Amino acid sequence: MIRFESVTLTYPDAAAPALRDVTLHIPEGELALVVGKTGSGKSSLLRAVNGLAPTFTGGVLDGRVTVAGRDTRTHPPRELADVVGVVLQDPRNGFVTELVEDEIAYGMESLGLSPEVMRRRVEESLDLLGLSDVRHRPLRTLSGGQQQRAAIASVLAQHPRVLVLDEPTSALDPAAAEEVLAALQRLVHDLGLTVLMAEHRLERVVQFADRIVHVHGDGRVSDGLPVQVMADAPVAPPVVELGRWARWEPLPLSVRAARRFAGPLRATLTALAEAPAELSADTVASPDAATVAELKQVRVQYGSHVALSEVDLRLRAGEIVAIMGRNGAGKSTLLRSLVGLTETSAGRVRVGGHNPVDLAGRDLTSAVGMVPQDPGDLLWNESVRQECDESVDPSQARQLFGDLAPGVDPAMHPRDLSEGQRLALALAVVLSAGAPLLLLDEPTRGLDYPTKHRLVGLLRRRAASGATIVVATHDVELAADLATRTVVIAEGDIVTDGPTRDVVTASPQFAPQVAKVLAPVQLLTVADVLAVLPEAL
Amino acid sequence: MSAQRPARALHPVAWWLWALALAAAASRTLNPLLLGAIIGVAALVVAARRSEAPWAASFRAFLILGTVVLAVRVIFEALFGAPIPGTTLFTLPEVTLPQWMAGVRLGGDVTSEALVAALYSGLQLVAILACVGAANALANPTRLLKSVPGALYEVGVAVVVALTLIPSALMHLQLIREARRLRGQSSRGISAVARTATAVLAGALERSLALAAAMDSRGFGRLRPLSAWERRVTASLTLSGLMALLVGGYALLDAGTSPLAAACLLALGAALALTGLYRANRRAVRTVYRPDPWRWPETVTVASGFIAVAVYTAVAVADSATMAPVTNPLTWPTLPLVPLLATLLAAAPAWVAPPAPSSTSVSASRPADALAANPPVTEPVAA
Repeated sequence: MIRFESVTLTYPDAAAPALRDVTLHIPEGELALVVGKTGSGKSSLLRAVNGLAPTFTGGVLDGRVTVAGRDTRTHPPRELADVVGVVLQDPRNGFVTELVEDEIAYGMESLGLSPEVMRRRVEESLDLLGLSDVRHRPLRTLSGGQQQRAAIASVLAQHPRVLVLDEPTSALDPAAAEEVLAALQRLVHDLGLTVLMAEHRLERVVQFADRIVHVHGDGRVSDGLPVQVMADAPVAPPVVELGRWARWEPLPLSVRAARRFAGPLRATLTALAEAPAELSADTVASPDAATVAELKQVRVQYGSHVALSEVDLRLRAGEIVAIMGRNGAGKSTLLRSLVGLTETSAGRVRVGGHNPVDLAGRDLTSAVGMVPQDPGDLLWNESVRQECDESVDPSQARQLFGDLAPGVDPAMHPRDLSEGQRLALALAVVLSAGAPLLLLDEPTRGLDYPTKHRLVGLLRRRAASGATIVVATHDVELAADLATRTVVIAEGDIVTDGPTRDVVTASPQFAPQVAKVLAPVQLLTVADVLAVLPEAL
Repeated sequence: MSAQRPARALHPVAWWLWALALAAAASRTLNPLLLGAIIGVAALVVAARRSEAPWAASFRAFLILGTVVLAVRVIFEALFGAPIPGTTLFTLPEVTLPQWMAGVRLGGDVTSEALVAALYSGLQLVAILACVGAANALANPTRLLKSVPGALYEVGVAVVVALTLIPSALMHLQLIREARRLRGQSSRGISAVARTATAVLAGALERSLALAAAMDSRGFGRLRPLSAWERRVTASLTLSGLMALLVGGYALLDAGTSPLAAACLLALGAALALTGLYRANRRAVRTVYRPDPWRWPETVTVASGFIAVAVYTAVAVADSATMAPVTNPLTWPTLPLVPLLATLLAAAPAWVAPPAPSSTSVSASRPADALAANPPVTEPVAA
């Protein structure tokens, strides 16, 4: 269905080609998952499928890419619109119309379908992606998850035979991600749709894949069956790591498969449970640690919409708190009110004894630091070096950035960095101010596992030296790995607040993979298992 | 008007025709009472039938703009206006200008006659702006785009995309200001403003490119293949039609040419251009999803506007004194009954047009105005 024949893609001014001599064939009806580190060329591969690269990116493409027999050299993207549907990373940038329903119809209008067909397909697409209750809403008022689903629906309505998705679930909460993936799975099974999808959150998607396309980062691309590729891939979800460590054969890719192997391990762990070891997530801050920030009866209202209602929260020194909840539940609003970007309608916010709204300049940065959802928003200088120079402590910022993202040329423009490197730079800039309270809004979106590990290490060290860290995230694996305490928000209310181990094991929605495999044993990560069983196996 | 009438948006073309007709009527009179009535009618219809969409707030902006225009018109008249004899209200110090600027006056006597005349013509501009503002507030620009002929669709899209760029740039600006706050830097000062502007511009360009890529990959601009000969015929039809329109328009304004010849040329040009457009349309493959229906409220709305302009034109020819009150000597303007009735008739859409669909579902979860307070949509997706 999709065929790459010795494709080499070189961007202008690039030292090395982004894709080098790629030969790849994705047969019809397969769900192929593209994996690789950030900035390795996954997006280039996806964009080459319908000719967006090099048509819109510039550069030279050697070799041949054909989709359903059509050559991208002779067919511009618009002539492929009826065979290939593409949803790129930030769907907000791709919305052409104002309303959900019009957006879904847009592509069909371009294809010149008859009004009756359009009516029918719009209804089908709305149902398929669960958007019927927001069909008349303006797109920009939707939550991130709804926007992502609207973008997929608008492409699916064109009935393409190939669907290309770049990070379709990374902005979604676990439940919304499952919905989207279930819808894709149905399309692949029922309609024989071919899907090519890049995704960092392998734990969500790897079990659905028929084939894994590994983009190595030096331009090479290889592909194989998931079990083969996962056996030694440098990026792997926790369930695969557990399987590799326990030498389960064949390697389990899903929680279900792993549970069937995990009986003996569970028995061993249950026997050991009487002597609990010191585990990663158990360094709970003592109740008498100093209070760093406090929300008292805080309400935030936008018009008639209540984003936070009567929230009480106390953050102590040395804590790492994960804030979880659906898209649009109020996580970002909570962080914004802690840094004074959102004024509260009622209640009291205190950060280091001050109301953050009243702080500005150095007073603010030395009290609280925040990395917003899009770390690029924080960066406006021409080069990495200038960004570091403009931070509160340039030498420390440079060092932090070097630790997090080694080997980056300081003369590079922040926009040319990969997603992970940009986050590292924003984090370095914010951390160098040395605030005792650090807020991170969805920090692992678009991050590969190695960068994530470095991030977790850095944050743990910060917390150990007394800083308080609050992370709003959809990433259950991150919360399990990092947080000592987890707060679940729904509709602006705090639903649960407690030690991470208790909170995430209590709910299947927030449970990490290892906990699901080993339930009822309350272990969250592979590291936990290793800590309990240091000498076993 | 019954409470049970289903809400639906009136056809945007109907709103524009109604508003343009009303504006044309306003251009036929200098009578301040009639102009006031027209502004009132426009405001009434906007208040009754506007939606909750962001563009619905634009009427106010147009009124403010009108007030500024009126003030500028009157002030300029006082400063630079040609002297009109009459009752002198006050005298500004007059600047003696060099010989080569003879004919331009600066300062001097300001007469009430001159000011009133300026006021009337300024009011006319306000009324025209109010009508355009009403059309802006009432008609959905993206729905209007659907009525654009397929051959011109790409041009229309360019305009609409350019218009949406401004709100998205404003949103981005807000994000950058917040980011500056987070980094402990002020948003004031020349260097800060310059950097912010650069960032906003870069962001806008980046988004435009992303949008172009997304639109192309969804089939924007697909054309049905036509033979080279057919393309040439279409192009030459359109081109010659436009030429004829141009020459005809010139002839109409030129006193030496007979109006009949000019009208013939214009008609020929219009026919050729429309044929060309029609043929070009066949190349476009676009269809329209749920086109706005044209029912009797649309017809009544347009008719009410056209009746107003017809009455104004007829009365202006028959009785120019009431339509353009004499300002020298100053007379109290009279309110002519027939044009007033026609103006009031133009308020019919306030009742005839179906109520605008209210977006209750929007306010239930996240109203559009919340966005102004909280620009980053709560969970934006990966950049």
